[in-house]
Amino acid sequence: MGAGRLYAAVAAGGFRRYATYRTATAAGVFTNTVFGLILAYTYLALWHERPHLGGYDEGQALTYVWTGQALLMTVSAMGGGFEDELIERIRTGDIAIDLYRPADLQLWWLSADAGRALFHLLGRGVVPLVVGALLFPLALPTSPLTWLAFLIAVGFGVVVSFAIRFVVALCAFWLLDGAGVAQLSWLLAVFCSGMLLPLNVFPGALGEIVRVLPWSALLQAPLDVLLGTADPLSTYAFQGAWAVVLLAAGRLVQSAATRRVVVQGG
Amino acid sequence: MADTESRGTEPYGPARAEAYGRVREGLRAYRLITAMWIRSTMAYRASFAMTTFGNFAGTALDFVAIMLMFSRIDTLGGYSLPEVAFLYGLSATAFGLADLALGSMDRLGRRVRDGTLDTLLVRPVPVLAQVAADRFGLRRLGRVTQGVLVLGYAVAALDVSWTPLKVLMVPLALASGAGIFCAVFVAGAAFQFVAQDASEVQNSFTYGGQTLLQYPPTVFAKDLLRGVTFVLPLAFVNWLPALYVLGRPYPLDLPSWAAFAPPLVAAGCCALSGLAWRVGLRSYRSTGS
Repeated sequence: MGAGRLYAAVAAGGFRRYATYRTATAAGVFTNTVFGLILAYTYLALWHERPHLGGYDEGQALTYVWTGQALLMTVSAMGGGFEDELIERIRTGDIAIDLYRPADLQLWWLSADAGRALFHLLGRGVVPLVVGALLFPLALPTSPLTWLAFLIAVGFGVVVSFAIRFVVALCAFWLLDGAGVAQLSWLLAVFCSGMLLPLNVFPGALGEIVRVLPWSALLQAPLDVLLGTADPLSTYAFQGAWAVVLLAAGRLVQSAATRRVVVQGG
Repeated sequence: MADTESRGTEPYGPARAEAYGRVREGLRAYRLITAMWIRSTMAYRASFAMTTFGNFAGTALDFVAIMLMFSRIDTLGGYSLPEVAFLYGLSATAFGLADLALGSMDRLGRRVRDGTLDTLLVRPVPVLAQVAADRFGLRRLGRVTQGVLVLGYAVAALDVSWTPLKVLMVPLALASGAGIFCAVFVAGAAFQFVAQDASEVQNSFTYGGQTLLQYPPTVFAKDLLRGVTFVLPLAFVNWLPALYVLGRPYPLDLPSWAAFAPPLVAAGCCALSGLAWRVGLRSYRSTGS
C-alpha cells in the first residue's frame, strides 16, 4: 500500500508540475486549434475527392482531426515529455541518485508521465475538441460507454507511448548524447501513430505494416474506438500486448544499463 | 573592419547616418554571433550531421503526408500533385530561410522569464541581433534543402509555359516570402515581451502559417483566406505569386497585379514588426529576481 501511495504522489506531482504553466497551456490550446482548423479543411478537401476514404465518412474524418489534436500532447506523439529530462540526468550522472532511491526507476517515471498525460488531457484536450465541435459537424458518440471505452484506450496509449520513450531514453547510457535516438523515435511516432494521416488512408502494404506497429496504439487505436470503427476489447488486447512487451524491454535495458553505471567518487 | 570609420561621414545627415550605422552594427554582430555558434556546432560533426538530417526528415514528413494523400486521389482542391508541390516548395523554402535566420526568436519568452535577457541588454550590441543569432542552428539548412528539393521537383514536373516574368516570380516569391516570415518571427518575439510563456502562439503563426500555405487556397473557407490576405498577409508568401505562374485565378477578387505585390508587402511587414519589436523592448521590465 505504501508503494502505491508513493507513486500516486509522484503522479500528482507530474500533474501539478504542468498545471503551473497556465499561459503556456493556453498558448498550446491555441496552437492545437489553429492546426485543427488547417487539417480539418484539408481533410474536407480530401474526403470530398474520395468519400469514405479509409472507411471514414466526412464527419468521422473531421472527428479524427479534432480528437487527434486533443490527444497529441496526452500521448506525447511529438515527444518532449519526461524523456528529455531522463536523458539529461543520464548524461550528467544524476541518474545515480535516482537509482539509490527506494523506488523503481521505471515505475517512478511512468507515474510522473501518467500525471502529465492526465493534465494534458484536461488542459489541452477539452478546448480544441469543443471548438472543433462548434465549427464543424463532428460525429461524436452519444453513448457514455463509448467515451469510457475511448478513455481506457487513451490510457493504454499513454502507457505504450511511455514504454517506447523509456527505452529510447535509456539508450543514452550507451550513446551519451541521446538527441539522435530521441529524434528518430519522434519521427517514427509522427509517421506511424496516425498523427500525419489516419493509418487506414496509407496505401497497401504500408498501411498494413503501420497498423501493427506499437505507435498505432497511441492515436489510431483510441480514435478508432471513439469513432466506433474498432472493437474496444481487441483494441485493448493489441495495445496491452505492446505495453507488456515494451515495458519488459524497458526492464531489460534498465537492468543492463544500471550495471553500466559507474559512480564517480568525490 | 570598415564599419566603424565610415560612420558620421554619411551624406544623409546625422540621424539617418546613425540609423544606417545601427543596422550595420546589428548585421555585423549577427554575423559574428552566428559564426561563433557555427564553430561550436562543428565541434561535434557527427551530431551536426544527424540533427541536420533529422531536421530534413522531420520537415519532409509534411510532404510525405501530401504524397500519401495523392496515392489515393488525383487532385486536392482542384490542384494536381506538381501544383501542390510548387506551393509547398515555395512556402517551405521561404519559411526555411526565415527559420534559419531567425528561428531562435521564440526563445525570447524563456529569456524574459528567467531574466537572462538582462545580460543582452547591457551589451553594446543591438538586442534584436543578439536574440536572432542566439543558438543559431545551422542544422536548419535541412529544412531549406527539403523545400528546395520539392520546389525543384515541382518546376520539373509542372506543365507551365515559362515566360521571363514567370521565371522571375520564383526568386521574387522566395525572397519576399522569407521577408514576410521573418516579420512574423520578429512580431511573435515582440509579443513574447507581453505574454512571456506563449511561444506556442508564435509557433502557430510560423509553423501553422507554413502548413496552411502548402495546400491550395481553394481548400480553405473564404473568411480564412480573407484573414491571411488582408490581416496577416501570408497569402503573399506563395499563393498569389504561384497562382500567377500556374495561371489560376485567386479565390478572392484581387487584381492580377497583386501577384507582384509581395516585395512591397514584405517591406511593410518588416517595418511594422520592427516597430512592434521596439515597443516590446521598451515595455520590458526585468523580472528583478
